[in-house]
Amino acid sequence: MIISIASGKGGTGKTTVAVNLALSLHNVQFLDCDVEEPNAHLFLKPEIHSQNIATIPIPQVDEALCDYCGKCREICAYNAIAIFPGKENARGSVLVFPHLCHGCGGCSLFCPRSAISEIPREIGIIEQGYSGDIEFIHGKLNIGEIMSPPLIRQVKAYTNPEKTVIIDSPPGTSCPVIGSVRGSDFCILVTEPTPFGLYDMTLAVEVLEKLRIPFGVVINRSTIGNRSIDEYCRIKNIPILMHIPFEREIASLYSQGIPFVREKNEYRKKFHDIVRLSEIQQMVYRK
Amino acid sequence: MQTRHAVDSGIALVEDTMKQIAIISGKGGTGKTILTASLAVLAENKVMADCDVDAADLHLILHPDIREHHEFRSGKIAVVKSWLCQGCGECVTACRFDAISDNFMIDPIACEGCGVCSHICPSAAVCMEENRSGEWFISDTRYGPMVHAALGVAEENSGKLVTLVRQHATRIAEDERRDYVLIDGPPGIGCPVIASLTGADLAIIITEPTLSGMHDLERVAQVARHFNIPAKVVVNKFDLNTTNTERIKQTTKDKGIDVLALLPFSEQVSRSIVRGVPLIEYGNGQIVKEIKMLWEKIKD
Repeated sequence: MIISIASGKGGTGKTTVAVNLALSLHNVQFLDCDVEEPNAHLFLKPEIHSQNIATIPIPQVDEALCDYCGKCREICAYNAIAIFPGKENARGSVLVFPHLCHGCGGCSLFCPRSAISEIPREIGIIEQGYSGDIEFIHGKLNIGEIMSPPLIRQVKAYTNPEKTVIIDSPPGTSCPVIGSVRGSDFCILVTEPTPFGLYDMTLAVEVLEKLRIPFGVVINRSTIGNRSIDEYCRIKNIPILMHIPFEREIASLYSQGIPFVREKNEYRKKFHDIVRLSEIQQMVYRK
Repeated sequence: MQTRHAVDSGIALVEDTMKQIAIISGKGGTGKTILTASLAVLAENKVMADCDVDAADLHLILHPDIREHHEFRSGKIAVVKSWLCQGCGECVTACRFDAISDNFMIDPIACEGCGVCSHICPSAAVCMEENRSGEWFISDTRYGPMVHAALGVAEENSGKLVTLVRQHATRIAEDERRDYVLIDGPPGIGCPVIASLTGADLAIIITEPTLSGMHDLERVAQVARHFNIPAKVVVNKFDLNTTNTERIKQTTKDKGIDVLALLPFSEQVSRSIVRGVPLIEYGNGQIVKEIKMLWEKIKD
């Protein structure tokens, strides 16, 4: 089963829930898909066994073959190629803007003179290891890099369906989030009971409805703010999976990188129950 | 104040005294919007730009009256004309984004609009259609004009929408000779963050004394340095872990980054959000005093 953790608003406790859930279950694979700001390793402290460079293919033009016909520029939907045709005796030139390239391969596929090949461009790294018996994988986007979705796809390629796969996703509602949560059997939305938490959660709910992923809600810092999330979930018939009260002890453990189930054992059962609840929700959803 | 440089995101080359301040964080939920809303009260003669177009929240505090409403169209999406399709499967093989199923249905969420399928189709059965992917607004608030947006859920190109919001905020600031553009940035270090940051005069990075906050601060500070934006740091909820706060002070000092303010944990923050008022107008005590002092330090 694949369970993803998402939120809409940032800083509501996705990583906290993902990590503590992972520690409460057996046979777990943990994928940290928040490749812009991965944090789960700070809590799970995995021993890293392998590092792989993540790349996307970008075009390389062999100017000996190129006649500056402009087909590649015409094909490229991202304006990642510019062409300066030759004038009289001067040769032309082709410029590739690697940061704009999505790696679709169209330019090399359609070049009439087969002058374009593809070379890998590094966008980040993927690290794999173990934290106890949890298999751990995360991606780290390089600084200044904008292409997080391909890196997220590459992290998710490690998914092992034999295990309970827990995916920690980035905040928001756009492409990086979609890339992380799609294909999950169930999604846990983590929010906080404030108007910010509520508004951003309604956006996340729309995303999950669009992707047809069954989901439930964890209300974090449930004792601060108001009752708006409980109300919203009641009206929309969304299951509330857990309330985590605001406690200085939990906040302090978090600040030190200690998953709170290590100190508060009673929560292991609660996290375990979330999975059983999610199985029921999935059955209901399929009907 | 430095002269802004033309940047590839399309912010116009201007020489003036207008100051663009971007509030960013790396980690989400550290207090960007709370701080932006408070600065919106303190700064005189400014424009606000909510650049967290994925999950915009500033409007919940500043309550804008929408003056102009525009559609945001961006990118294209493949559409199969099933009556022309011969079922050859060329498009499925060529698509690198797994956006076409074996029975030739396009997954609009996976489609990145590259158009390879429409070019390769031998029977011209795939066409590319323009994608409406959000909306953006110019509004009035009690505190001045505000430009904000709502990216359609599950859409891409948030960087482009951020750039659009910033361009219009800058234009208003220029036309109305306003002194500041206050940018409420998104979390992370990727596309929308870079679009929020490029060409700004100052980045205020707000963090918290947790391992995650510290780790993310490090990465986002590198992004600011990469784009040559001067950065200053605010530590929120500094008293939740004073050991970590000391470590942040030390590491930022080593890197030559100023710590502008240490804000204490206060339940007034969530109460002010529930009331929908800027913290600075709702609260009192140390946190409000610190934010006022912070503004005095950066306003010139």
